[in-house]
This record gives sequence, C-alpha cells and structure tokens, in this order.
Amino acid sequence: MKLTLKIWRQKNFETKGRIVNYQIDNISPDMSFLEMLDVLNADLISKDEDPVSFDHDCREGICGSCSLFINGQAHGPDRRITTCQLHMRKFRDGDTIYVEPFRAKAFPVIKDLVVDRSAFDRIQQSGGYISINTSGNTQDANSIPINKDNADDAFDAATCIGCGACVATCKNSSAMLFVGAKVSQYSLLPQGQTEASRRVINMVNQMDLEGFGNCSNTGACEVECPKGISLDNIARMNRELMKASIKK
Amino acid sequence: MSKKKLTYSLNYRRPKSEYKASDELMICIRYYHKCSKTNKTKIIKKSTGVKCRLSDWNTDWHKSSNRSPVKDSDPNHKKKNKLLKEKVKTFDINELFNNVKNDSYSAYLNPNLPNGDLDKKWTNHKNTINLVSPANKRNIDIIVVGTGLAGGSACATLAELGYNVKAFCFQDSPRRAHSIAAQGGINAAKNYQGDGDSIYRLFYDTVKGGDYRSREENVYRLAEVSANIIDQCVAQGVPFARDYGGLLDNRSFGGVLVSRTFYAKGQTGQQLLLGAYSAMNRQIARGKIKMYNRHEMLDVVLVDGKARGIITRNLVNGGIERHSAHAVVLATGGYGNVFYLSTNAMGSNVTAAWKAHKRGAYFANPCFTQIHPTCIPVSGDHQSKLTLMSESLRNDGRIWVPKNIHDVEGIRDGNLKPTEIKEDDRDYFLERRYPAFGNLVPRDVASRAAKERCDAGFGVNKTGEAVYLDFSSSIIRYGKEQALVNGEDENNEQIVEKLGKEIIKKKYGNLFQMYEKIVDQNPYETPMMIYPAVHYTMGGIWVDYNLMTTIPGLYAIGEANFSDHGANRLGASALMQGLADGYFVLPYTIGDYLSDQISTGPIANDSKEFIIAEKEAIEKLDKLINNKGSKSVDYFHKKLGKIMWNKCGMARNKKDLELAISEISKLRKEFWKEVKVPGDQNQFNEELAKAGRVADFLELGELFAKDALEREESCGGHFREEYQTKEGEATRKKEFQFVSAWEYVGEPRNAILHKEKLEYKNIEVKERSYK
Amino acid sequence: MLLIFVLQFKMMKNFLLTSIGKKVAMALSAIFLMIFLLQHFIINITSVFSEDIFNMLSHFMGTNFLVQFILQPILIFGVIFHFVMGFYLEIQNRRSTKYEYQKVRGGANSTWMSRNMIWSGLVILSFLFLHFRDFWIPEMNYKYIEFLPDDPNRYHHELVEKFQDPYKVVFYCISFVLLSLHLLHGFSSSLKSMGANKSYASSVKSLGYAYSIGIPLGFCFIAIFHYLTH
Repeated sequence: MKLTLKIWRQKNFETKGRIVNYQIDNISPDMSFLEMLDVLNADLISKDEDPVSFDHDCREGICGSCSLFINGQAHGPDRRITTCQLHMRKFRDGDTIYVEPFRAKAFPVIKDLVVDRSAFDRIQQSGGYISINTSGNTQDANSIPINKDNADDAFDAATCIGCGACVATCKNSSAMLFVGAKVSQYSLLPQGQTEASRRVINMVNQMDLEGFGNCSNTGACEVECPKGISLDNIARMNRELMKASIKK
Repeated sequence: MSKKKLTYSLNYRRPKSEYKASDELMICIRYYHKCSKTNKTKIIKKSTGVKCRLSDWNTDWHKSSNRSPVKDSDPNHKKKNKLLKEKVKTFDINELFNNVKNDSYSAYLNPNLPNGDLDKKWTNHKNTINLVSPANKRNIDIIVVGTGLAGGSACATLAELGYNVKAFCFQDSPRRAHSIAAQGGINAAKNYQGDGDSIYRLFYDTVKGGDYRSREENVYRLAEVSANIIDQCVAQGVPFARDYGGLLDNRSFGGVLVSRTFYAKGQTGQQLLLGAYSAMNRQIARGKIKMYNRHEMLDVVLVDGKARGIITRNLVNGGIERHSAHAVVLATGGYGNVFYLSTNAMGSNVTAAWKAHKRGAYFANPCFTQIHPTCIPVSGDHQSKLTLMSESLRNDGRIWVPKNIHDVEGIRDGNLKPTEIKEDDRDYFLERRYPAFGNLVPRDVASRAAKERCDAGFGVNKTGEAVYLDFSSSIIRYGKEQALVNGEDENNEQIVEKLGKEIIKKKYGNLFQMYEKIVDQNPYETPMMIYPAVHYTMGGIWVDYNLMTTIPGLYAIGEANFSDHGANRLGASALMQGLADGYFVLPYTIGDYLSDQISTGPIANDSKEFIIAEKEAIEKLDKLINNKGSKSVDYFHKKLGKIMWNKCGMARNKKDLELAISEISKLRKEFWKEVKVPGDQNQFNEELAKAGRVADFLELGELFAKDALEREESCGGHFREEYQTKEGEATRKKEFQFVSAWEYVGEPRNAILHKEKLEYKNIEVKERSYK
Repeated sequence: MLLIFVLQFKMMKNFLLTSIGKKVAMALSAIFLMIFLLQHFIINITSVFSEDIFNMLSHFMGTNFLVQFILQPILIFGVIFHFVMGFYLEIQNRRSTKYEYQKVRGGANSTWMSRNMIWSGLVILSFLFLHFRDFWIPEMNYKYIEFLPDDPNRYHHELVEKFQDPYKVVFYCISFVLLSLHLLHGFSSSLKSMGANKSYASSVKSLGYAYSIGIPLGFCFIAIFHYLTH
C-alpha cells in the first residue's frame, strides 16, 4: 500500500505545531497502525530527520498509552479498539490519513503526538479509591456477596483504560465518561459505599478544576471508547452527585 | 589476589541498652573479602555461631593472643570457642578461592532462611526481625522503581506504614505498567470450590511446576499469603468474576488439578493493577508517595557499599536527576524484550536490573525464560510485538494439527479449511501425549509440543509456525448444558451452537474480539491459530528471603527478582507473586534492614558517589547521541532478537549457545560503533531511551546465553537438546539443583558463577510428569 | 420555611457550581420548558377543530391571576435561564476544547442534533423574538398598557390573522423543524442529565421521538391549517 500521511508535528508545548506531509510506500495490510508509523520512523531516521514521537507501550489495547486522532476519529475508524489494534487493512491503497494528537485544554501536547494526560491521574488521586489499609487483614473475600449483575456492571465500568479517547472525541472535551466510569465502579460495589459521597464530590470538583468541558450527552465518547464504556455511567455519576449533594 | 577479614559479633536484635548482662545472644561470624577485580568489600558469609551471655562476651577478643570471643567467665567457654573455631575452619579462606576457580561459590550465598518448620517460618521470621518504630518511619525515604503490581502495591503499603516513598515509572502514569496486560487470573489457595486445595497444594504445584528449581521457603510463603491477596483486592473494590450467588468464581489453569484461579474476565491484571494504583493514589493524595512519571532509572548509586539512591532521566525534557533514599526497591519487571519479539510491552526493559547487576547485585538464572504456548503467530517482518491469548483459553480450547501432511499443504494453499478436516484426521497432540493433563499441561510442555509438531512440518499457516486452538467441541458442550437449563431442545444443532457461542463469548469475549481484530478471522467460526512466544522471565536479580539483593539496601520484587517460579512459572502465578511481594512481604522484611539506618539521617544526594554516577550516566547518553553511526537502534534490537530466538529460544544446544555468545558480543561492539540516535539529550527523545535499553539488552543477552550454556540439563523453560529422553521429554540432573547467581566482572561472558544449593525437605523431588 | 429554603440553597450552591450541577440545572429548565410546550400545544391544537374551546382556554390563560403573575414570570425566567446558561456553557466548552483538529469526523460517532444544539437553539431563540412580537407583546399591550376591555372571543381570529403571511408560515415551519431537531437530542439528553437509569432507555427513546417529532409537526400543522383554511 502507498499512503499519504498528514501528521501533526510540534516540537514541544511552547512552540506552535503544524501538519507535515509524508509519503510512505510498501505498507502491508497486516501491519498495525503503529507498525506503519514504525516504518515511517525508520525511514525518517535513515534520512537524518526527527522521527515522529507517539505514546505507545503494550500494543495490545490495554495499557491505554496510544492516543492518536486518525482521520478525524479517536483511535481511528474501527470500533472498540485502540490505535495499536487498528490494522492497515482498514485503509485503502492511496489513502490520505490525518494523524493528530488527542486534543483538549487539559491535555497539553508534549511533543508531536504525545500529550500529557496526568489530569486523569490527579482526578483519580482526588478520590478514585477505597480507603482501606493494605495489611491484608481485611475480612474474607467471600464474606460480602455481591449481586452478579452489579458485579458485572462494576467490571464493565472498571475496564476503562484511561486513554482519553472520550475527552479527545468530545466536542466539549469533557471527561465525564472517564470520571463516571470510576465513580460507577465503586458506587455499584458495597465496599465503595462508605465514602461514596465524598468520592463523587471530590472527583467532580477535581475534574472541573482540570479544565475539562461540560457534558452535553452527544454520546460520541461511548461510541469511540475502546472498551465500550456506556453513557449510563455518566447518568449514574449525575445521580450519585445529586444524592451526595442532598445528603451533605 | 584478595584480602580477608574475619569478625565475631553479637547479633543484637534490639538496641544494646535494652539487654541485661544475663541475656543470651547469638554470636555471628562474618567474613569480609576484598575482590581484586571489582575492588569491593563484601560480606561473604553470615553465619550464626553459638549463644553467649552478654557478660561473657569478650569485646576485645581480636586483641587477645588466643583470640577467644567468649570470656572464661562462661562455664562452657572452652567448648564454645572451639566450636566457633571449627565453624571458621569449615570456611577456610584458601578453600574459598579454590572454589572460585571451580565456579562454585555456593557456600557464600546466604539466603537468610528462617528456622523452624516450613509452615511456621514466615510467622517466626516476622516475629523476630527488627522493626522500625512509627516515629522513625517518618524519617526514612524509600525509592521504588517501577509501578506495576509489585511496585505499585509496595509503594502503597510502604507509604501506608509511614515511610516516605518516591516512586518512578517510565510510562506517563503508573496505571500503564505492563502488569495491566495479564489476562487470565490470579491463584490463591482459598479452596472456595472445595476441590481439595490448600496452601501446601499450591506450594507443591508451584515447586513442581517450576521443575524443582525454586526456593522452598519462598514458595511456601507465597502460597501462605496468596489468600490475603484476594481479601485485600476485594476490599479495594476489584470486580472479580462472581457467580449468581454473589460469591467469587474460579477457573482452572495449566499444570494443576484444582480450580484456584480468580479472574475478572480476560482482564485480571488490569483490574488488580488498577486496585494497586488506587491504593497508590490514596497515598499520593496524602503526600506519602511522591510520584515521578516519565522518569527512567539510569543507575543505582552505592554509598559505602549500600544502595542509597538512583540517577534518573526525565523523559520529557531530558533532565538528569539524583534521588537519594535509605533503601532502593527495584520492581522493574522482566527482560523478555531481549528477544525483540515478545508479549512484553514495547518499553519493558532490563536497564534498572542490569545497572544494579553491574553495581554488584547478582543476576540469577537468566536463561529461565517462559515461552507461552498461546500467542498469535508472527505475520511478517514488520511485526513489532506479539499478542498473548490467555492461557485460560486452554480450559475450553483443544489444540491440534492435521494428522496428514497433505491436509497441511491444503490448508497452506488455501484449498482446505480447518473446519473441513474430519475429527479422525486431527492430531490432538497434547491430549495424545499427556492424557492426564491434556490441554492443561504447563506452559513449557505445551510450547515444546507445539514446536515439535511444527518442526515436523505440521504447522498450519504460511510460515509453518502455528497450530490450531479449537473451541467447537466446547461450544457444543456448553450449548447442550445451556439448552437443558433453558428447557430447549438439546439435539437441535442450531440452538446448541447459538447458546454455546454465547457462553464462550461471556467467558472469553474480549480475547476473541482481540484475535479477530488482529488476524481478521472469526474465532467463533474457525479455529484460532496460535504459536509459542516469549512471555515471562523467571530469572532475575538474586534475592534472599527478605527480598534483598547482594547489595545491602537494594531490594528486588516481582518479575524483576528470580525467587518463586524456578525454571517455569505456572499460569496465574505472576500476579500472585507480584502482589505478595509488594503488599505483604517486602514492606515487612525491609524494616529489618532499615532499623539499622535510623541514625544516618537524611541521605545527601550531592555526595561524590552521586556526582560520579550522574557523570557516568550523562557520558553514556552523550556517547549514544554523538555516535552518529549508520544504523538505527531497532536494527540492532531486531538482530539481537533473532540471535536469541534462534539460538537461545525454545530449544538450545552447546554449539548454538557458544555461537550466540560470540555473535552477541560482536553485535554489541558494532552497536557502539554504528548506532545512530537522532535528536539530542535535552528533549523528548524516544530513540535515545530505546538506545540505552538496547545497549543493556546486548549485555544481558550474552549472560543469558552463558547461563544456558553452563546449565547442562533440561528443566522447565530451559531445554537443552543434548539432555532429553527418547520421547523428547526434558532430562533434569540432580547436580544442577541450584540457583546460578552471576557476579558481574566486566564482559558478561566472564561473569563469576555463585551457586545457591536448593534443598527440598518438604517435598519429594520427582521426575515431573503430566502424562 | 424560608430558613429551610436558604439552608437548602446553601447546600445546593456547591452542587450547582459543579459542571454536573450546571448540566442538571440546564436539564431541569429544559424539562420545564418541554412541559410548557406540551401545554401550549394542547391549547393551540384546539383552534383547529373548535373556535369556542380555543377562545375559552385562551381567555382562561390570559386572565387567570395565577397563570399571569406566577407562572408567566417563572416561564420567562426559565426561557432566559435556559438560553443564557446555554451560551455560558457553550463558551466554557469552547475554552476547554482548544479545538484545533485539522480533520474531525463528528458524524461517525454522534448525531448532528447533539453537536449543534447551540445553532438549533439560536434559531429557536430568534423564532421566540418573532413569536413574542406576534403574540405576546400585542397581548401585553392589549391587557396591561391600553387596558382594552375584556373580549373572550378575540383570540381565535387574532391567531388566524397572524398566519396569513406565507413568509411567516414558512419561517414558523423552519423554526419548528429546528425545534424538532433540538428536542430530538434535548429530550433524552435532559433525562440522562437527571440521571435516568438505563432500564428506562428504550421507553425514553420512543417517548422522545414521539414528543420531539409530534409536537413541532403539530405546530406546523396548526400554522399551515390556518393559512390554508382562511
């Protein structure tokens, strides 16, 4: 396959970026998208040019490192996958592909396609945990039976990989799906009940502080989420916050 | 060649002032020796001698002419002094150096095992080791490198105990550590299924699965704390799979006969890591953990022979930083990426462990590598990494290749579909060779069996390196069960197939989806193709029972150490070990060392040792940047991977290993001459980070081959073609029942071998059989 | 009573300052407006089949103290709140996006309606100005400025007169189409913002379609009906 790539190049946070065109040839449809970029980078290195930086690590769709906005969509045209699982067979010979970083005010660009998503970490630190010590002397794991449906829903919410596709794809750069998923996971489990109010209030406040936008329920996040996390989690978070605000 | 020094001392467990004159204490004999090669002093033997009353202790023994540590006020002083002298004699210094020549330093590696019965050892040990008071913990800093399951959980617990923790990871967040990719599950001896599981059985399975190459005491402790892990994780909100009664569900894994694996669909590692990450977050919010994201460790700094800090590079702006602490913990994972293609993450590397090795930590059993049988086969040269399909798939999938070679050819040409091959023409080779365990044999056995079939020409894809993993019979079995439950016709094939697929989807949905995305085939309709790939490294930095390396104050936990899995790891045990080390072992054993370090006060990071280490690190980076060679880092990494996979892979032999050593050494020289790293040091420069990692892989690879060469037997993941039975099974040798711990002396191939003898008192060493 | 209200307000203040709080406030005003719209529609549709009933209902609404001096101000407040908040959120969102994508395929993952609420809303707002000029200002003028005598039968023909201009009818219809689009997203969105459970999802969806297509269509029908029949 022969492709034209239009890739966002930006030296660092301070400098202005721009789209640069690259021609690339001999791409096999069995390659993953990142392997295609590897080929491009090998080519750039051999030509003494600066290779394109992009975040990636596990390359099996679970670590959440990769974060490309490909042809106008977070993680590219395929559904329920991350960029590293996107394969070139989804493109056609001669295609022009735009590759841009995930954009939001809360995700400043570090270099080229690499963005800083530590805002997510800070949201989690504000309350995304259950306050128990790690002594292991807790009660027996089977002493709290959990309704299977709730356990399954909690699991579905917990599968979030924190990649930021929800923010990147949201026209408002809202992080509600990410926060909603975490709030939901704990609110569905009995272990998380004791500090549920504090958690949801703190996490939402931190989210607002980080400069994420508001949710207008477009549902784009749900569609682009590589793990298919449902919009219901946002609704659940809204309920939890209302509940917490009234209780307080 | 070297000097020796001998001392006797009383083994104080509490501050001296707390003892009465009549208290009895153990006398400890220590040898120090200075090795001329490395010019370092080290304690080579710490052995408890005899008991002595405080009042009978002669503090000036070394000045007296007869050199008797026990004063004559002790009624048995003659006998005791004689005993001590005898103990000294058994470790005669000349013999010691004779042994060095014979590559058997064995007597000098002390794993510090506690006394007592196996099942009491850990409790006894916890009861007797020194503790640090809460008031003092506040003044002690600990560096933890790596934030996966082991590192993350260790950070959380250490911070919880009150230490000041500095945590480092090269990813942009601790949540991205590669532990996240573990799929199948985590073992724990909970016996919730009532199928006869127990701590002993988990211990037994792990030692046996590891082919009797792991330390009994460590494994028993692991089995003991395994149950706590599940309690802990559930309390943290980890959503494990549950049954309709609301209780935890289990599945079974390879190499065992009970169901003891807890799981969260195919994302158990993710859920456990997020649990540890949340525990970390809580401590970060409290200010007890200072988190350094996108920081890579470049070196460990030793002050007075003790690990006192690290040098790091900020991957965003290239800043080189010095960080000091009272102790350093390495939780930096395995080195599977030395093979270039592996299921490890792209960033997984050996740098931290290797730098520690170069500073004096022994590297144990580097050749013990696990090749996982169920990975997606390589599709071409462009491939950057391999994807694992969870071992849990072998619960329901049957592995086969065609019986007839013309069927194989038909498949390769695309004229024949696997579903068209009749049941009688299929060779379910695992079931055929190992009827007792069938498709659930341990990973090393399954991998070799697949390789054997493919080598014989029965591989089913274009490259001839793939076998089928077939779910059709499970789909029918589950479908029938479900049809009965639903009250539908169990003989209606369509209904049965539909229901069966639904069940399979519930169990393995995400894995099947992943397979489909990568291979572009629907595994519900056609069997999956799989082939073995490098997955986990059992070897790692040598540690004692306290998880301390041979450098005082330097600890290694999780996959980075060598301790618990012997020559082969059983499925779902890696998560167990990582969390056991991090949550329940290291945070307590580290206190034993730190209790001595209270008086040192804060560690300065501007001492000459730090400055020198920093300078060395910068010089190395500059060298890489300024080299301006002609070949990219990946070129060398790929080449190294090829050597490793072809010559140190699933089957090894003397000739190839010797060749590998020389080829790697040559490649390393070429690397330093020809490597090209674009950009500069003071910027986000992935190529530079990669170059540093590959440079270390190029050294490790050589030691790996050396270790494989020296281990003249087959066991677990290490298979030497020279040592196999007629049926192609591994031949273990009694005389290799030891841990090989390598001391760095320059070129990796010249490393000095130290042996730690493995003794099995509670388990009978048997020929491992899964037939 | 007042004290409790003040206390409650203090507690809710923090809530309303969060992004979710604003979203819920937006949803509440939307739900209130949708209820009003339904009521408005029910009265208007009577004009099609019975002049008398329409006049009677209009007279009641136009003269009842509760409606005129309690509900009407609340309604006006609701409308103003809804669009002011809409603008405010839109500005805030634009600030947090730094929208610089060279290529965006919004259609791949969300509906046009959901992405363009601000535009459909603006059209509806401009429609409201016209609507106020047509009906509300003359009405206010009639009742409270010129103090013209009560005429319980004037409403129907006033209505009919307004729909004699074909351009106006067309503009009304266009506005209703956009109202329909606004509602197609707004109906379910407001309920989601209020935390609607997924178990209601399918009924919310069908109810939403019925409401957001049915009502604007009905309004169009009224306008066209009066244009054609008179």
